[in-house]
Amino acid sequence: MSKPAALIQWIDERFPLTANWKAHLSEYYAPKNFNFWYYFGSLALLVLVIQVLSGIFLTMHYKPDAALAFGSVEYIMRDVPWGWLVRYIHSTGASMFFIVVYLHMLRGLLYGSYRKPRELIWIFGMLIYLCLMAEAFFGYLLPWGQMSYWGAQVIVNLFAAVPFVGEDLSVWIRGDYVVGDATLNRFFAFHVIAIPLVLIGLVAAHIIALHEVGSNNPDGIDIKKKKDPKTGIPLDGIPFHPYYTVKDIVGVVVFLMVFTIVVFFMPEVGGYFLEYNNFIPADPMKTPPHIAPVWYFTPYYAMLRAVPAMFGSQFPGVIVMGAGVVIFFLLPWLDRGKVRSIRYRGPLFRGWLYVFIVSFVILGWLGVKPTDFLGKVGSTDLEWATLLARIFTIVYFLFFLLMPFYTAIDREQPEPDRVTG
Amino acid sequence: MAQQSTTDGKKRRFLIAATGAVGAVGAAFVATPFLTSMAPSARAKAAGAPVEVDISKLEPGMMVTVEWRGRPVWIIHRTKEMLEILPKASDKVADPESSQPLQPEYAKNTNRSIKPDYMVVVGICSHLGCSPSEKMKIGPESGLGDDWPGGFYCPCHGSKFDLAGRVFKGMPAPVNLTVPPHTYVTDTRLLIGEDKKGA
Repeated sequence: MSKPAALIQWIDERFPLTANWKAHLSEYYAPKNFNFWYYFGSLALLVLVIQVLSGIFLTMHYKPDAALAFGSVEYIMRDVPWGWLVRYIHSTGASMFFIVVYLHMLRGLLYGSYRKPRELIWIFGMLIYLCLMAEAFFGYLLPWGQMSYWGAQVIVNLFAAVPFVGEDLSVWIRGDYVVGDATLNRFFAFHVIAIPLVLIGLVAAHIIALHEVGSNNPDGIDIKKKKDPKTGIPLDGIPFHPYYTVKDIVGVVVFLMVFTIVVFFMPEVGGYFLEYNNFIPADPMKTPPHIAPVWYFTPYYAMLRAVPAMFGSQFPGVIVMGAGVVIFFLLPWLDRGKVRSIRYRGPLFRGWLYVFIVSFVILGWLGVKPTDFLGKVGSTDLEWATLLARIFTIVYFLFFLLMPFYTAIDREQPEPDRVTG
Repeated sequence: MAQQSTTDGKKRRFLIAATGAVGAVGAAFVATPFLTSMAPSARAKAAGAPVEVDISKLEPGMMVTVEWRGRPVWIIHRTKEMLEILPKASDKVADPESSQPLQPEYAKNTNRSIKPDYMVVVGICSHLGCSPSEKMKIGPESGLGDDWPGGFYCPCHGSKFDLAGRVFKGMPAPVNLTVPPHTYVTDTRLLIGEDKKGA
C-alpha cells in the first residue's frame, strides 16, 4: 500500500474521514439540472468564512470601549498595515452576505425548496437569517458612529414597547439607562463569539438536514423516484464532487470579482454599504437629520414606520415588523400546491410571487427614504410614503395569508418524470 | 426481551422526570447570576447627578441642550407669540391636558412648565428614542406647512411635537415628551434632575 493510502487507512480506523467525504461530497448525488440560482448556497458559506477570518483580524486592533471605539476603527483604517483592506472586506462582506442570502431565499421560493420533506432545512435557514440579522445589528454598533448609536437606540427601544416588562427589558439589554459603554461592550461579546457560534451550529444543521433528504432542483421533482436498478443511484443525480465543486468554483471566481471591485473601488457604495453619517462619532445629544438602517433591514423598517401608534403604544408597529420576519417560518405549511417549482405552478402563485417580490423591493426603497420625501396626499396630513408603505405592507402579508387558498385552486401543470435540464 | 420485562417503565419515567426537574432548577440557579450581571452596574446606577444650568443668557426664541443622565435636555425660552399659539394647537395634539404621567405635578398645565417662558423637556422621542430636530419657527418658514405652530420634528419616524413637547395626533410617537424633575435655584439658575426641596 502506498504511503498516503496507508495514512488514510490509519485515520479511517479512528475517524470516519473517507465515509464523510463520500457521504457529503463524492457520493452525495445532487440533481444534474442545477442552474444559476444554485450558486448562492455555496457563496453564503464562502462569505461566512470571509467574515469570520476578516473579523478575527479586526478584533486584534479594535477596542470595545465607548471612549476608544471610534478612534480604534480610524486607527485600523489609517495606521494598521493593510487594516483598511481588512475592514473594507468585513464591511463589504456584511452587505454581500445579505445579497447572497436574499437570492438564496428567493431560489427557495421559486422552486419550492421549503416544501415537504425540506421543512426543517427551511426552518434552520430562517434561524440562520435571524442570526445574521442579530449579527449585523450587534456589529453595526461597534464603530460607534452616529448611525451605530442611533440605530442601536431605535432597535433597543423596540423592546421597550413590549407591554408591562418593556422598560425593564430594554434597560437589561443596554446594561444602562441609555446606550453607552456597557451596551457597546456586550454587543461586542455577542458579535464576536455568541452569535457566530450559534450561526456555525445552524449552518451545520442546515447542511446535515439537506444531505439527509437530498437537494431540490429547478423542476421541483424527486430524483430519488427514478434510480438505476443496479447501483441504486438516482438516474438524474451526479456526485457533488467533482461536478458541483467545479461549478461552484466558477461562481466563486465571478463573485470574488464583484466583491473585490466593491472593496477596492466603491467600499461605501454610495452610502448604502457604509453610511456617511457613521463617519461622525456617536453623539448622544444629537440625532442625525435623516437616519435609516443599512439597506438589508429597510423593508422591515418601512413596515415599522407604516403602523401608527395605537392605544398610546407603538407596540403594534413592532409586532407587524416582527411578524414580517416570522411569517416566513410558516411557509411550508401555508403552501397547498401540488407541484414545487415555479415552472409548473399556475398563474395565481406566479402572480402573487411577483407581486410579493415587488412589494419587498418597494418597502426596502421606502425604508431608506425619509417619510416626507413624496409629499402629502392631497390636502390631508397623510404622507404619500406612509400610504405606500401601508399598502405594500398589506400586500406583503396577503402573499402569505392568502397562500393556502390561491395555491389550492391554482391551475398547475403536470410535472415531468425526469429533470428537464 | 428478558431485560425489558424486568424494567419498571413507570419508575424509570418518574426518575427521568425527577432528575430533569432537579437539573432544570439547578440550571435556573446557575443562569441567574449571569443574566443579572447584564443589569446596570452600581457605577451606571450612581451616575445620575442633577445638572445646574445658567439660563440668564438664553434669549427669547432660543433653546439650549444640556446633558442629564446621558440624555439631551432642552431648555427653551419661549416668546410671547409661541405661548399664545400653544392653546390654539390644543385640538391637534393627542394629549393636550397632559393626562399621561410624563411630567412632575408642577408641570401639569397647558405650558407643561413651572414658568410659562421656560420649557424644560427631555429631547428624546417617545417613539423609539431618537432626538427630534428643532423646528421652532412658526409657519411656513419651518418647512412643515403654513399652520405649523412651532415645535420639534423627529427625523427617524416623522413624529411631530409642539413647543410644549406635546405629540400631534396620528404620529408614530404614542405620548408626549417627558418633562424631567427640575427646580429654580435662583431666577436664572435651573437645577435639572431634582424636585424643589420640601415640595
